[in-house]
Amino acid sequence: MTRDQLRTLARDCLLEVAPDLADEPIPEDADLRGTLDLDSMDILNWITALHQKTGIAIPESDYARLFSLNAAVDYLSSGCSA
Amino acid sequence: MTDPSTLKDKTDYFCMPSLGSDMEAGTLIEWVAQPGDQLNKGDVIAVVETQKGAIEIEVFHPGVVGEQLIQVGESAPVGEPMARFKRTDTQPSAVRPHQGQPLVGEAPSEGAQLAITDEDAIDNGQADQVKPPAEMKDTGLKQGLEPEQSISSLNTAPGSPMTKDSGGLDLDAMRQAIAAAMSRSKREIPHYYLSHDIDLTPASDWLAAYNAERAPDARLLMNALLIKAAALTLRNFPELNGFDREGRFKSSESIHIGTAIAIRGGGLVAPALHDADQQTLPELMVALRDLVARTRAGQLRRSELVDASIVVSSLGERGADRLFPIIQPPQVASIGFGTPRQGAWVVDGQLLIRTLITASIAGDHRHSDGHRGALFLHRLAECLQTPTDL
Repeated sequence: MTRDQLRTLARDCLLEVAPDLADEPIPEDADLRGTLDLDSMDILNWITALHQKTGIAIPESDYARLFSLNAAVDYLSSGCSA
Repeated sequence: MTDPSTLKDKTDYFCMPSLGSDMEAGTLIEWVAQPGDQLNKGDVIAVVETQKGAIEIEVFHPGVVGEQLIQVGESAPVGEPMARFKRTDTQPSAVRPHQGQPLVGEAPSEGAQLAITDEDAIDNGQADQVKPPAEMKDTGLKQGLEPEQSISSLNTAPGSPMTKDSGGLDLDAMRQAIAAAMSRSKREIPHYYLSHDIDLTPASDWLAAYNAERAPDARLLMNALLIKAAALTLRNFPELNGFDREGRFKSSESIHIGTAIAIRGGGLVAPALHDADQQTLPELMVALRDLVARTRAGQLRRSELVDASIVVSSLGERGADRLFPIIQPPQVASIGFGTPRQGAWVVDGQLLIRTLITASIAGDHRHSDGHRGALFLHRLAECLQTPTDL
């Protein structure tokens, strides 16, 4: 997938998990936990969706690397947890 | 006291049930079952609007739906007949719920309903029985929900849970409901508070190893472990798990953990995870994911709103060290978990860095004493030291 496709995917999955975020555009650098107030259940659900849609393994130890939409795209673009 | 002769008339009706101790009336949003439909106990008959969102109403007995007596959009007070309903269980003691689940003693929802009957004169055909049927409420949790099903339920959640018109959440109304319940709690319940620091390292290490071997849809959250540990420990503390009815304590046979779920924007609900002590951790996790999704979409069931025998609140990953819970009437205790943290801890005479969590309990001093509350926390700490037994 291209970075643009990943960006769209990450955003779409986020909106499925937290539909109330749809009211305003989500800044790509916004901290998901700190600024958008997503909790561990939201993050797990979002990462589950990302894994299912891309097939990329996202171990729990890597969760902190997906701290914003941009960061998630960077992580998924590299394709693995290296 | 309810007059048996007036109640007898109501055995052929399904009446507006109470969805909480402060509810007086509900507005019908949707008929899910139509006249002629045969329903099993626990099947959804209609959707009713309350301050907690659109709540699915389940029937208490198997039967056939008859003529609808109120229309969509109409409001009816608690206890008012909503539809004709012919029960098909003639001998209540002989009824077995479908799925072949065993009779296990008085279900707390029945007990809670009876007590509400005393207060509010609602009858859904139960007050005319001497003893309610000993049945386990079938909540669908034991049907082996696959994780994929719970994920797909997220995908079908309404796009905008904030609008009242879509049957979603009205946060203002929810805030009023919380205010009423918490004010009442502080007015009427003499709380005692205890807290206890617990070494969470064994549980945390176990969880990390468990999750490392699994794809995200099969992973667990620490909250599932905390809820299970609390539920298991409650088995030995029946005086903390039940209801206050006008000063009298009624213990709950089942441990239905109300799990506090925060809603972005300021709402808070604590719907029940039924029989949490009997669920495996994966089952609990599936149920938790489903409950959170439906809570945020405003799609809960009545049994989830009224059945909780105790609430467990967890502050989660980014919060405070310690929580002082407020007991939710008509329950008699409330359990809290702070945010897990790294801290100094003495192990075998050595000072180490461990993962710690502070558990707390608020108890209704009319029904339990600090000694028992303290013992509960002590046992809870022990339980969390052996996560493989959860």
